[in-house]
Amino acid sequence: MSNELFQKLGGEAAVNAAVDVFYRRVLSDDRISDFFDDVDMERQAAKQKAFLTMAFGGPVHYTGADMRKGHAHLVARGLNDSHFDAVVDNLVAALQELNVPAELIAEVGAVCETTRNDVLGK
Amino acid sequence: MTQLHFNEATYQCEAGESVLDALTRQGVAVPYSCRSGVCQSCMMQSADANVPGAAQHGLKSTLQAQNYFLACACHPVEDMTVCLADSSDKLLQATVSAIRPLNNEIMCVGLDCPSLQDYRAGQFINLYRDAGFSRSYSLASVPSDSYLRLHVRRLPDGRMSNWIHDELKIGDNLYISAPLGSCFYLPGAEEQALLLIGTGSGLAPLMGILRDALNRQHAGEIHLYHGSRDTAGLYLVEELRELAAHYSNFHYTPCVSGGTATTGCQTGRAVDIALAEHPDLTGWRVFLCGNPNMVKSARKKAYLARAAMNDIYADAFVAAVN
Repeated sequence: MSNELFQKLGGEAAVNAAVDVFYRRVLSDDRISDFFDDVDMERQAAKQKAFLTMAFGGPVHYTGADMRKGHAHLVARGLNDSHFDAVVDNLVAALQELNVPAELIAEVGAVCETTRNDVLGK
Repeated sequence: MTQLHFNEATYQCEAGESVLDALTRQGVAVPYSCRSGVCQSCMMQSADANVPGAAQHGLKSTLQAQNYFLACACHPVEDMTVCLADSSDKLLQATVSAIRPLNNEIMCVGLDCPSLQDYRAGQFINLYRDAGFSRSYSLASVPSDSYLRLHVRRLPDGRMSNWIHDELKIGDNLYISAPLGSCFYLPGAEEQALLLIGTGSGLAPLMGILRDALNRQHAGEIHLYHGSRDTAGLYLVEELRELAAHYSNFHYTPCVSGGTATTGCQTGRAVDIALAEHPDLTGWRVFLCGNPNMVKSARKKAYLARAAMNDIYADAFVAAVN
């Protein structure tokens, strides 16, 4: 969760480039698109941007409690590890599509991993 | 230190403090999430145009134009008067100046409202039959028209729409809210292609947006797809064909989803026909108005067709519960 990672990835411009590629993939993925179907897409896109900023090690300040509260309604609908994995898969694929070096993708994946238990309410 | 005026009270904002931090510290409930200027949960509106640029970063241009800002990213440089997003409740008096049917189910209502000169074509107003009873209608007129125009569709059990169709007459007085909503045309990017998709009386805001864009000499291609179940539900067909004949960059496609289309109409859902003809919306500006399910599905389809989220403007006509 270093600011260094955020700078290496290219900062906010990189988030802006990645968010559409990532979110289009999520919406097209039958494993998880239902979880994203009820919500206001515009608010959701802004939240995806906040999520990517965090995953890139950038300046957003979600706490574990924020993560639990924000996803509790989805956990109640059955959100589990397979869905979490699918979201990470899509993020990895989006970054590969944007030719991000593999070692940086691995770092982003590691940041995501630190949120797993809070997101899934474990 | 600056002062924040909110809900008729005044709050201190310390140097370096955000509007969000200042208000929540003093007990005002403002919704928020990321506190980093990204998630847009804490959006508020300023009464004046004195919003620091950083506080509008990432907001849609139509929201910026109306002085919306993110409270967590707003460090005031001078005193501000602010409110939560969409909490405007000022009412304006209006008089019915015209009323005529556009087809079997849609009535055009003209309203004379001298105190409402400044609005954006495509915004909506709440129309009040009495103090506790209102419905939202989009503005089909442009500000240079002599009166406001609404397209009111008769709903089977619609208390407001049946009253408008059966009883409202020229000279009647009623009240309307100030204009609301951020689905409208903004000048700039004159070369950008515009895609307008509407169903039923969703044509109302699109008429305003279309005429506004043409009046402002929008140079890019403008494609309007108006959908209805049958040809009887289409309206303003001749007016739109005349506009298409007059402006070479404007293209009009009426669409009929059930039954057989007559000459000049396409058969199928408006959104499907539009996206079949324009599968790649990279760089387009998209306006979607009407049936909520259509708007929701069209928004997703337009985004997946590579329209940018900030270039998709939508107005879903959610039916009120009587």
